[in-house]
Amino acid sequence: MTHSSDFNAEKASNLKVIGTRPARPDGVDKVTGRARFGADMNLPGQLVGRILRSPHPHAIIKSIDTSAAEALDGVKAVVTRDDFAENPDNHAVLCNVMAREKALYEGHTVAAVAASTATIARKALKLINVDYEPLPHVTDVDAAMQPDAPVLHDTIFTSGVDPVPTIPSNIVARCEFGHGDVEAGFAKADIIVERELKTAATHQGYIEPHACVASVSTDGMSELWCCTQGHFDDRKICAALLGIDVSRLRVTASEIGGGFGGKTTVFIEPVALALSRKAGRPVKIVMSREEVFKASGPTASTSMRVKIGVTNDGRMTACDGEFRLQGGAFEGSPFDSAAMTAFACYDLENVKSVAFDVVVNRPKGAAYRAPGAPMSVYGVESVVDEVALKIGMDPIEFRLKNAVRDGSQSSYGPKFGPNGLVETLEAAKAHPQYKTPLGPNQGRGIASGFWFNYGGETCSNLNINADGTVTLAVGTPDIGGSRASMCMMAAEELGIPYDSVRATVVDTGALGFNEGSYGSRVTYASGLAIINAAQQAITEMCKRASMMWDIPADAVTWEDGYAKPSGANAGEFEPMSLAEIAAIAANTGGPIAGHREHNADSAGISFGTHIVDTEVDPETGRVDVLRYTVIQDAGKAIHPDYVEGQFQGGAVQGIGWALNEEYIYGDDGKLQNAGFLDYRVPVASDLPMIDTVIVEVPNPGHPYGVRGVGETGIVPPLAAVANSVSAAAGVRLSELPMSPPRVLKAMDDAKQAAE
Amino acid sequence: MVQVNISGIMRKTEDSPTVFEVEAKNIRQLLVNLEKHYPEMKPHLDKGVAVSVDGTIYRDNWFQSIQPDSEVYLVPRLAGG
Amino acid sequence: MSGTHVSTTINGDAVEYVCDVEETLLDVLRNRLGLTGAKEGCSTGDCGACSVTVDGRLTCSCLMLAVEAEGHEIGTIEGVANGSELHPIQQKILDHAALQCGVCTPGVVVAVKALLEKNPDPTETEVRYWLAGNLCRCTGYDKIIRAVMDAASEMRGS
Repeated sequence: MTHSSDFNAEKASNLKVIGTRPARPDGVDKVTGRARFGADMNLPGQLVGRILRSPHPHAIIKSIDTSAAEALDGVKAVVTRDDFAENPDNHAVLCNVMAREKALYEGHTVAAVAASTATIARKALKLINVDYEPLPHVTDVDAAMQPDAPVLHDTIFTSGVDPVPTIPSNIVARCEFGHGDVEAGFAKADIIVERELKTAATHQGYIEPHACVASVSTDGMSELWCCTQGHFDDRKICAALLGIDVSRLRVTASEIGGGFGGKTTVFIEPVALALSRKAGRPVKIVMSREEVFKASGPTASTSMRVKIGVTNDGRMTACDGEFRLQGGAFEGSPFDSAAMTAFACYDLENVKSVAFDVVVNRPKGAAYRAPGAPMSVYGVESVVDEVALKIGMDPIEFRLKNAVRDGSQSSYGPKFGPNGLVETLEAAKAHPQYKTPLGPNQGRGIASGFWFNYGGETCSNLNINADGTVTLAVGTPDIGGSRASMCMMAAEELGIPYDSVRATVVDTGALGFNEGSYGSRVTYASGLAIINAAQQAITEMCKRASMMWDIPADAVTWEDGYAKPSGANAGEFEPMSLAEIAAIAANTGGPIAGHREHNADSAGISFGTHIVDTEVDPETGRVDVLRYTVIQDAGKAIHPDYVEGQFQGGAVQGIGWALNEEYIYGDDGKLQNAGFLDYRVPVASDLPMIDTVIVEVPNPGHPYGVRGVGETGIVPPLAAVANSVSAAAGVRLSELPMSPPRVLKAMDDAKQAAE
Repeated sequence: MVQVNISGIMRKTEDSPTVFEVEAKNIRQLLVNLEKHYPEMKPHLDKGVAVSVDGTIYRDNWFQSIQPDSEVYLVPRLAGG
Repeated sequence: MSGTHVSTTINGDAVEYVCDVEETLLDVLRNRLGLTGAKEGCSTGDCGACSVTVDGRLTCSCLMLAVEAEGHEIGTIEGVANGSELHPIQQKILDHAALQCGVCTPGVVVAVKALLEKNPDPTETEVRYWLAGNLCRCTGYDKIIRAVMDAASEMRGS
């Protein structure tokens, strides 16, 4: 059958289950402690796995002697680089999972042990003798780009430039986006503002550390239980690194205690599998919080230059930005998406956006919610705020004057379709917060932001049970309530109560390949597969009813949970409910199910606008967030509670990025704040309520109009908070986080300059 | 002929061309013909690109049709967090 | 290796276990007693995911040695619901969708229960400061605070 993903306006305006707020199916397990997360799994005979990590930020590993550790009573296996074959297709992941010639950051895995107890495992780590030759290191992105910087890889010759350099450097690549002629555009400007800005590296900060249990049988059949955003992706990479068939590795995703992009790759999983294979017993590895900070995948720190020209009446004539991102010790910082999203809110004749991917001696970065966008948008929206202020224009009016609309050419090339940026700006203007007077030392900040959203490879199954209930098999881990939205979409299509549907995130043996829960794709892509699977099951149920009535299948329609004759000509029959059809399925052809496999390409783009009021304490530089409103286009909110939750969670992560959070490195190249006390994510007492406004401009590529909502919420807050603090402090800050000492210094410097 | 706009890492110098023309009725033909007529693109195409056709970004769908007047951009393969 | 024998009470039941002196109460709850509702988020007392009560007092079980439980009454998330009947804070967290991933939720429930036993009518600010030791990275706390205020109100019978 053919599946349509086109927006169906009639359907979208007659939804019964979509838009309600039922309790989530996994809720009771989560509030009673019964839900099993990564570290809650145990297998009989399981060993404790522990990892030896490099104390050096950059060092040649001359030799590793594991003999004393192997001789310790209770040690069952030790693995090092010698236990992993070279793998050209996955070289960076392999080198990150287990260091090869060099340790490239403090915390880099060098060896691992499996032992009968944690105490023995810890002792064994101390008995491993690693001969390091320390090398000069670099952790700052700008320093790493200098010609005299220590070079991490002698294989990196900057790509994206012509001619290709003849000597290696830390600059992996340059990319450029844009159109028009920025110099000509600046020539037309009445006012030009150019700023250099910086943001610190931050961590996703999920509360659950990485954890896994691996069990490799003597016949090579392997099982892995882990907390992950994508267990099919984990299977692919683990099988490749271990040299085993994909079919011999079954991965089960546990409940996941937060990810935000940080659990889209593997760290400990291949190590646990290698240990289990060697020991012949299951091995469990759980990261400590310190390991999470030092050796998982934080996001990039950045430095950037942003230049914007405007006319006195508020039209942007040219935008030019250069964004430098370090992605840790291997290529792959989100430099390209930083460049693409930077100016994406604006309809521009002349725009140029250049970015660099840079390696430094820090852990290999992983995705973090709208990767790259919060940083570049921070730079752009800070300068936008400044130019609007300079020409005396209201910041929302300024944005409305320059905002992209349906048909605008994006700053990265393609034309945008229907989108909700203008609607979010109009809603911001109309919001009571925007009209509320401010007191002394208080300021208000506005910023908008963009994210692409993603679809990708997906399959879902829907089974009609004999008792009239429905079970869903979904391949995307439920990271924030998606089982509820899957059940709602199935209930909507089938016309049955929400409570009759249950969804399970199944293991890799039960479905075809699914990309993970990232890119704001789950409700859109897995949900669309569920909608299509339901439609397929409906077709089959109509056929079964037609058999009972002895009329053609196409003379039966589905309405509100019942098969009905499609009209008077079809005959007079009592409608058959889903439960009635399900009860006799064995007699009419066997079990009834629907399934859908697709590569979903029509995820709708998403824009948001945030308003934040802050107060700065002139004595200490401390910033209080007084009031915060998130306005974002969701296309169509399936479960509004969880849409609001995504908005709120993204905003608060952004507040932390703006005010507190940062990776602090010493001159020794070591991370100085690898714990929650010193890293300081926002806590309940730091915050006000986070107000939300859900804008719904339908995605033309989804029958209900759904757009992804997970990531856009973290894009505007860095800039919104910066603009608010700049207004409150009376001085523009150009570096994140805006910690109290930095705010105080900026205010003192401004005071001195004025005197 | 389809006009193909390149961007990102493929745009190597200030004055290098940004628009290429190839015969293509779908994404697969587009990629095959780009490689054939512009062999310097091969390393980038091998590493993987996404293709935006009339504003929708396709990562893998080879048989997505392209009209002669379609707006086509080669863009990086992005997913998200 | 010689372990230490401990007699204690967990969720009203007499419990005995043998542990190493270096093990935390959290280690023993999770690894020896199968009570995995308390989570280890940091092991430094910063995140509150391991919250339990000791003689009614809110405690990070990662900061307490298992041998220190001798003779005390330990309360964990597994003992908060009364059989199949959820505690009001558990129900309100569900009603308000005050969780996303849910890994901090057991700690939040234990902490809120302890708060409302001490202070049945807390202000929003009091709730925010009480929960400042329970990190949640998903929700931005908004819906959690609303759930707590609603639960407190319901428990007061208003």
